Amino acid sequence: MEKQWFTISVYSENHVGLLNRISGIFLKRHINIESLNVSKSEIDGVSKFTIVIYSTEDWAIKIVNQIEKQVEVIKAYYHTDDETIYQESALFKVASHLLFDERQIQNIIKEHHSQIVTVSREFFVLAKTGRRHEIDEMHEALEPYGIMQFVRTGRIAVSKDAMPITNILAEFQNQ
Amino acid sequence: METLKAQKKDKKKSTAIRITGAEAIIHCLLAEGVDLIYGYPGGAIMPVYDELYKFQDKLTHILTRHEQGATHAAQGYARVSGRVGVAMATSGPGATNLVTGIADAQIDSTPMVCITGQVARHLLGSDAFQETDIVGISTPVTKWNYQITRAEEIPEIMAKAFYIAKSGRPGPVLVDITKNAQFDELDFVYEKCTGVRSYKPAPEPELSAIEKAAELINNAKKPYIVFGQGVILGEAEEQLKALVEKAGIPAAWTILGLSAMDTDHPLNVGMVGMHGNYGPNVLTNECDVLVAIGMRFDDRVTGNLETYAKQAKVIHFEIDPAEVNKNVKADVAVLGNAKETLELLLPLVNKNEHKEWLAEFEAKHKIEYDTLIEKDIYPTKPGLTMGEVIEQINVASKHKAVIVSDVGQHQMIACRYAKFKQTKSNITSGGLGTMGFALPAAIGAKMGAMDREVVAIIGDGGYQMTIQELGVIFQHNLPVKIVVLNNDHLGMVRQWQELFFERRYASTVMTNPDFVKIAEGYHIKSRRVVERSELKDAVEEMMASKDPYFLEVRVEKEDNVFPMVPTGASISDIILK
Ligand SMILES: Cc1cc2nc3c(=O)[nH]c(=O)nc-3n(C[C@H](O)[C@H](O)[C@H](O)COP(=O)(O)OP(=O)(O)OC[C@H]3O[C@@H](n4cnc5c(N)ncnc54)[C@H](O)[C@@H]3O)c2cc1C
Ligand SMILES: Cc1ncc(C[n+]2csc(CCOP(=O)(O)OP(=O)(O)O)c2C)c(N)n1
Ligand SMILES: [Mg+2]
Repeated sequence: MEKQWFTISVYSENHVGLLNRISGIFLKRHINIESLNVSKSEIDGVSKFTIVIYSTEDWAIKIVNQIEKQVEVIKAYYHTDDETIYQESALFKVASHLLFDERQIQNIIKEHHSQIVTVSREFFVLAKTGRRHEIDEMHEALEPYGIMQFVRTGRIAVSKDAMPITNILAEFQNQ
Repeated sequence: METLKAQKKDKKKSTAIRITGAEAIIHCLLAEGVDLIYGYPGGAIMPVYDELYKFQDKLTHILTRHEQGATHAAQGYARVSGRVGVAMATSGPGATNLVTGIADAQIDSTPMVCITGQVARHLLGSDAFQETDIVGISTPVTKWNYQITRAEEIPEIMAKAFYIAKSGRPGPVLVDITKNAQFDELDFVYEKCTGVRSYKPAPEPELSAIEKAAELINNAKKPYIVFGQGVILGEAEEQLKALVEKAGIPAAWTILGLSAMDTDHPLNVGMVGMHGNYGPNVLTNECDVLVAIGMRFDDRVTGNLETYAKQAKVIHFEIDPAEVNKNVKADVAVLGNAKETLELLLPLVNKNEHKEWLAEFEAKHKIEYDTLIEKDIYPTKPGLTMGEVIEQINVASKHKAVIVSDVGQHQMIACRYAKFKQTKSNITSGGLGTMGFALPAAIGAKMGAMDREVVAIIGDGGYQMTIQELGVIFQHNLPVKIVVLNNDHLGMVRQWQELFFERRYASTVMTNPDFVKIAEGYHIKSRRVVERSELKDAVEEMMASKDPYFLEVRVEKEDNVFPMVPTGASISDIILK
């Protein structure tokens, strides 16, 4: 089976040990986590893990089954890139004098639709949200001028299909 | 709604008692019906032990001689009784000593709750004396675990622990309790846990899947059942038997499914897997419908997956969705507790007989019997075999004993030849293959079924891994029957060296102590058998003993267990000798 990108979305109780438990599932099978993001979800008190892997569908299914089996996991899904809307964010810290010395910088900011988050005497910070390749492109554009610091988030994604967690929780309540 | 809530709160208040966390733990155990626990004390769990002292009329604590022994004893207890086994230890080394047993219980789905003491909350993360991150360490090998740092958490977490350990696919749960939470007081009320919102113990049976399964079974010419421990865990033995008999389907066991069905039942055709029977292995690759019930297609069962039952439609009765299509692709997955799903299936299957198909099993059995079984259990040449010892035990126990085996050649021989009439009678470490399991597990098995004979079958290697538990047998005069099949070798590894490593016997020969003297040191009645002529009498004497009994049998040093499916080979290529 061919490898491709999968976004695994996990809805869970907000429990301290769970991250360890979930990452162990990948570790045990030598499946690299390409990116990981944990945040709150649309439901009060429910956390959401967004995990990106590059693997076969067979493994994606097995991993999701193993994750879903964990006591504190409410539901886990896997999606291909086509089935999700996804983005990443990045911050670039760049020396302030470049804004004045290098005319190109202004153009890069505009062309890549990035925002200036802050400007100080020594540095300014640019934020960029988009697909991985868009961030990479902006990185490439800025690199010749010197990037003081760079950081990128894990992927965040919502699925095109519904993920009916509320129903699952309601079902439990009615038992 | 508001008033209801208020009432509930009031009720809570009125029945609450103000006690320490340590005492609360005892009350939780009692509320869960626990009357027996295994463990070992130490600094971080001392407040609980202090309470155990006060409650000793209600709750028996057995001091094993090593924490690993406590877990295996709890496992043995759980496996014969179907109840949750409980093991307790102090922080640090006490807790880490539990890990092997926890991993064993996880892979073999044994319900167990482990309670560990932990350093006080304010010391966590400071590398305090005997601090280990047991929650971190045990995460990959527990069904669930939790660290309690406040006394108020105790009742809810303990209730959850027992619920999770026992429900659905059972497994081990570890609760780590900081010392301050044991000392502090709380308003104690206990409510049993009836559900956890993020956790679904068993999927709802789907009628459409059951109908599809019935159709496949009804149209099959060569249907074949392989049953596993899920039948025992789900207490579906009756339903399995009813299905086998109604549809006339030959059925074989995995070693953890063994004893779920009478071994002498005419449709019980034997054991699958690496050291299983000839017919059950070879005919897996000839059946047209393979019905797997409560078994997980372990690689010791399937051999090479590329050549496993490729011709057959596979029906998988399974409680854990993660097991479906994990190793073998199921054409029909019947999710749910096997007891329920089989019950629903039964009226849909037609009465049938498959005489010709069954005759194929009989023919293969004859080949196996003539080439090796007869020589194993009724040998005529000099040198005692493990098989004849098991056969003597069968005769003397009338198939009624609980057999607890360790890991190695003797285990395979015990699983191949031991006879059973009653379920939950074959206790062995399957998935982890933990040497040292049997002696402590036999202690637990005996205490979980005091009215039954418990015979431990152990190799000379594994025996020395937990031999110290003789102390428990002696102290409590537990009438466990211990049989050491002594071949002066790590036999199973030696067999592999002989067959696959050109007889380079690296570290598998042992110079053993006088096992009889050791047992005598513990004041356990004991006997050694060297000659065939003494065997029958010795086994009879052992079985008749009202006290614990140790029997060492000097068996052939370099015997091999056959048949055998070499690792990675197809089950069709099973070797008979
Ligand atoms: C030296 C050695 C050699 C071995 N050789 C063999 C061999 O030759 N043959 C052999 O069979 N084994 C052998 N084993 C054991 C093997 O490794 C596995 O442990 C064993 O095959 C597992 O059996 P199982 O699938 O029935 O049980 P488990 O591993 O306990 O699996 C039980 C399955 O049933 C499911 N289940 C649980 N409850 C229910 C329920 N209520 N309803 C439905 N499903 C349920 C579980 O989810 C799980 O999938 C050997 C082990 C050792 C150490
Ligand atoms: C704790 C542990 N260590 C190592 C092994 C690997 N192992 C499997 S069987 C075996 C030999 C067992 O020897 P013995 O107990 O004498 O039994 P025999 O095979 O001789 O009957 C070994 C070393 C194991 N299963 N468990
Ligand atoms: Mg040996």
